[in-house]
Amino acid sequence: MRKIETDIAIIGAGSAGLCAAIQAAAAGAGVVVFDENQLPGGQLFKQIHKFFGSREHQAGVRGFEIGQQLLEDVKKSGAKVMLDSVVYGLFAENSLGVIAEDKYHYEVKAKKIILAAGAKENYMAFPGSTLPGVMGAGAAQTMINVNRVLPGKRIVMLGSGNVGLIVSYQLLQAGAQVAAVVEAAPTIGGYGVHAGKIRRAGVPILTSHTIKEVYGKEEVEGVVLAQLDEKWQMIPGTEQDIQADTLCLAVGLNPMTELAWMAGCQFTHIPALGGHVPLHDHNMETTKPGIYVAGDITGVEEASSAMEEGKLAGIAAAAALGCLSQEEAAAKKQEVLRRLDMLRTGLFGEKRKAAKEQQMADMAGWQALTAEKGGVK
Amino acid sequence: MVKTGVAYTGVPSKEELAKIPGMPSEARMAKGPVAVIECVQEIPCNPCEAACPFGAIGVGEPITSLPVLDEEKCTGCGACVAACPGLAIFTVNMAYSETEAAVAFPYEYRPLPAKNDLVEAVDREGKVVSRGRVLDIKMPKAFKQTAVVTLAVPKAMGFQVRGLTPFKPMLREGRE
Amino acid sequence: MSLSGERRIQEHPILPEVARKQVTIYYDGQAISAYEGEPIAAALMSAGLRSFRRTVKKGEPRGIFCAIGRCTDCMMIVNGKPNIRTCVTPVEDGMRVSRQLGYGKAEEAK
Repeated sequence: MRKIETDIAIIGAGSAGLCAAIQAAAAGAGVVVFDENQLPGGQLFKQIHKFFGSREHQAGVRGFEIGQQLLEDVKKSGAKVMLDSVVYGLFAENSLGVIAEDKYHYEVKAKKIILAAGAKENYMAFPGSTLPGVMGAGAAQTMINVNRVLPGKRIVMLGSGNVGLIVSYQLLQAGAQVAAVVEAAPTIGGYGVHAGKIRRAGVPILTSHTIKEVYGKEEVEGVVLAQLDEKWQMIPGTEQDIQADTLCLAVGLNPMTELAWMAGCQFTHIPALGGHVPLHDHNMETTKPGIYVAGDITGVEEASSAMEEGKLAGIAAAAALGCLSQEEAAAKKQEVLRRLDMLRTGLFGEKRKAAKEQQMADMAGWQALTAEKGGVK
Repeated sequence: MVKTGVAYTGVPSKEELAKIPGMPSEARMAKGPVAVIECVQEIPCNPCEAACPFGAIGVGEPITSLPVLDEEKCTGCGACVAACPGLAIFTVNMAYSETEAAVAFPYEYRPLPAKNDLVEAVDREGKVVSRGRVLDIKMPKAFKQTAVVTLAVPKAMGFQVRGLTPFKPMLREGRE
Repeated sequence: MSLSGERRIQEHPILPEVARKQVTIYYDGQAISAYEGEPIAAALMSAGLRSFRRTVKKGEPRGIFCAIGRCTDCMMIVNGKPNIRTCVTPVEDGMRVSRQLGYGKAEEAK
């Protein structure tokens, strides 16, 4: 067994983890980032659309280009990134178990740990949903934008949130046909401008519709849709059969919280954030002192907010180690919080903002309860 | 009841377009090229503001405010068209010729059409509404792979046309 | 099941071209052209192959679902070793890949 000792260990080299690493290393902390993938960057390298937000959020820059910039910044920062390294356990006293390159076993001791493991796509069951050709929208996005392979030629997308709309557009850009976007709710979930792009390309968006069944012998050959009534029940006789070889599911994501559970962090359940999320304070620190969280693990949002949360966790962890003065840290954190607030405004942001506030309230409740019992053990 | 509007269809309705501050007046459109900012939802986004060299687009604070077009300052240069991450800005020149209007829109498919190509001009719903003649394709480095294509279309279509059928052999063959 | 049908994306409006080394892998003995380092699943998909294994009890087909190494629906026998997640395992020249039946026994590999 090999051993690594470091100031800060970060799990996940995606948008949140890399931003945390850059901030902490720039402050002078020793940082090692672990990621199970062969390549760093998380979801950023799948994202080929121009980001929204303001110039400070790198609006107008495409996701994969933001990813390339982050990798350069990490290199300059001095933080070490270990790829093909699975963190299989988080044990007492901030000790991590890591298997690298499928053969090297490491024990990692860190003064602070930042969990930035991201999220995974939700599944949905219906007749035929296990057939090859039914896949996550993110999986299809990986295939076209990272691997440059079409997962299918004629695709139906279930879900009209931003993921469903953006991946549909990117499938068109890659040369596939998108037969329809299907949405169970009466309204489109994502941004109107993302919907507008695929509508102009002739893709119908069918709201109040769902998948009744997917059929095919060995792989997907077609998709049967049905309309939903006001009570979200299928209306008999409204079925339509769409020829397609692929069905993508864009029905939300859920935070990958395994390590936080293992560490004994307290959780709260907030559906708008994707399910169970580890309680954390304004410093992104969980109920286990020294363990921080950032990005989709704290509630599913988007890369822009994950990057800001990563910075916040990196700054807070570095400050807790004495690498930054309290004043320096406070000033930096204030800037990040201002930018985060901007992203959580407007027609679509308010709901996430309310969910995040609910999380903070739950954390405050836990802290009050713990104080009554005589503090954290 | 057929529901209209961007939340139901992904396409802004006439009513929604009529009340946004990014829409130039009919009188201004008749005069010559001008930006048409079809941004109807309050989302945190403002690259269009900085993209305009004439200061004709204002978002300000909060960042979710809808972009406001100053139609007198706007020259219809199109710098904002490729800058909008939502691909929701167009330029329309209703005075292009006696019979035709010129419409410029962002285009992120390949291959690109060539100048003088005749293409299928589509409306906001992707419906082919007329033929279009390609007047210009711009894609300087600053546009970051977003081409801006200008089509000449029948004058009556100046307010309808917002794109062209992508030049994808696969899409064309399979189109119903 | 069709083994033909090129699905490589040739010209992309946004993404730059990348230089990749072309290699050959073998699916049930049949040669498939692939790029070194890309996930095995991507190489198979580029050849129109999407049915990667059969389930233990009912023998139903399964293929790629998550593409991030979580769901294990894409497991196959690779170089004689069963239960390899093909969505996160990089291609090496000459790799032998076969469809996994049930739990997959090492000797099933062709």
